[in-house]
Amino acid sequence: MNEVNHKNKIKHEANSENLNSKKSQVLCGRAFKFGDGISTDLIAPGRYFHLRSNLTELAKHLLEDAEPEFTKKVKKGDFIVAGKNFGLGSSREHAPAIIKIAGVGAVLAKSFARIFFRNSINVGLPALICDTDKINSGDELEVDLRKGIVKNITQNIELNFNPLPEVMIKILNDGGLVEHIIKNKGFNL
Amino acid sequence: MPKTIAEKILSEHSDRDLCAGDIAVVDVDLVMAQDGTGPLAISQLKKMGFENVASPRKSIFFIDHAAPSPRKELSDSHKIIREFAVSARAVLSDIGEGVCHQLLVENYVCPGNVVIGADSHTCTSGALGAFATGMGSTDIAVGFALAKTWLMVPQTIKVNFNGKINKGVFAKDLIIYLIGKITADGASYKALEFGGEVSKSLEMEERFTISNMAVEAGAKTGLFSTDDITKNYLEKQGRASCFRKIYPDEGTIYESEIDIDCSKIEPMISMPHTVDNTVSVSKIDRIKVDQVLIGTCTNGRLSDLKIASEILKGRKVAKGVRLIAVPVSKSVYLDAIKEGIIEILIESGAVVVNPGCGPCVGVHEGILADGEVCLSTQNRNFKGRMGNPEALLYLSSPATAAWSAVRGYIADPREVLS
Repeated sequence: MNEVNHKNKIKHEANSENLNSKKSQVLCGRAFKFGDGISTDLIAPGRYFHLRSNLTELAKHLLEDAEPEFTKKVKKGDFIVAGKNFGLGSSREHAPAIIKIAGVGAVLAKSFARIFFRNSINVGLPALICDTDKINSGDELEVDLRKGIVKNITQNIELNFNPLPEVMIKILNDGGLVEHIIKNKGFNL
Repeated sequence: MPKTIAEKILSEHSDRDLCAGDIAVVDVDLVMAQDGTGPLAISQLKKMGFENVASPRKSIFFIDHAAPSPRKELSDSHKIIREFAVSARAVLSDIGEGVCHQLLVENYVCPGNVVIGADSHTCTSGALGAFATGMGSTDIAVGFALAKTWLMVPQTIKVNFNGKINKGVFAKDLIIYLIGKITADGASYKALEFGGEVSKSLEMEERFTISNMAVEAGAKTGLFSTDDITKNYLEKQGRASCFRKIYPDEGTIYESEIDIDCSKIEPMISMPHTVDNTVSVSKIDRIKVDQVLIGTCTNGRLSDLKIASEILKGRKVAKGVRLIAVPVSKSVYLDAIKEGIIEILIESGAVVVNPGCGPCVGVHEGILADGEVCLSTQNRNFKGRMGNPEALLYLSSPATAAWSAVRGYIADPREVLS
């Protein structure tokens, strides 16, 4: 993960245990595979700009220009699995927000665009960086946030994902940025 | 250790000395949101228990993306923004004033500032030597509440534009060329710093075009050093007192340096559906256009409208082509009227719409039909960007756009400018 400074890596790993003690979740679901460069215009199309004040309605159009049947097929806990630079484009936080509303458990990608990555953490959507070439559409996955492991049940392989930066773990531990600010009466990073 | 511009500005806004890779909470000078991101920022702000903003005069709401409102849902969003701006005594820029990024550079941003905005093209202000970056609504809500944000001090890629710019080639061609070279994630999480003799000679409007598109390479911001050109611009805006010198330290080590010989750059376009899908106009087969858009926060400034008018003067937009022109701000619009530019555009067949983001974000004022082709001077051409995923979007400079509107297909402006 590019936001991670290598010299702090050990600290991040130590801290991810902190995260994990509070959230020892294993997410299970199927993979929905997308390619490289999935833009926020594909995730939350601009023509539904007027629905930004109604995220439940906007979520019905999630990724419809990339995969028209996506919202009909996706079930709670499923994963979006993509190539590189997922979420490039606009700053619309509505994009990760509606992914979460649609029930997606996590987004796995080779890399994320900067603003989308921040927004995901802020809204509490796990955005995990791993080698997604080894995941096919329809594969059953188990994502262990505590251990940092993606188990591809269908293909019987395990993949590791990069630990999040320490600062983001703190925000996630508090339940998102809004909750972090309420709890600490400001930043406590 | 010698520092980059990003490291210098962020260190000044922190209680400690910062280097690339450091994660820090920094003070912000300006915080802004627009009508697409503002309502969510306001609701997040209230969720945190804030009814007000930390620095009312430095907290700005722009109504520009759907302005004037084309539908009731958006009118309701506008109302939320207007009412909050009044109650929090924040600054409100309402319909007709123009696009947020242009109004920020015209009226608010000073060299050395830290600027955060709930819009990805906030990086435009980097041209004034400000660390300006886009974030989402929740981050911006915190910025409004505390006048602070957290960020990682980015590594910096130095881009040296050297050589000489050819006739018919503009700042837009330079930045499209660069993005084609380094790709859409070539500067992810990093700052771009623009240097080289060409950068030093670019006018402010040209620098704004380049900084505006830094995010299209994934960059956090796109910075220029300040100089006499910056100073003259601020003087013209009546803000001479906020000028200061911003520059990287001598001997700074960059994450990488990219040298670009501008004399090798021809008029460029980005092809569907990514900004980094670039090619020289001279290398393409005939691509017929249905609509041409000249405007937006990338290329809707006076010099952009002026070069378009020089090409369109005495000529007509080709039959079957719709030309839409959008001055980026009220003051640009008024100047363009005074200089006779608007008259030329209208005479040629252009439809001039009010300052705002309208057609670029696919909300109104020029949504395309299925299968239609649009050549636009905006900054991105993702599938669905202009309101229809079945349309094909190409990006170019205003000169290429204007000449293409006349020819009816994407055409090389050197045919008319040389």
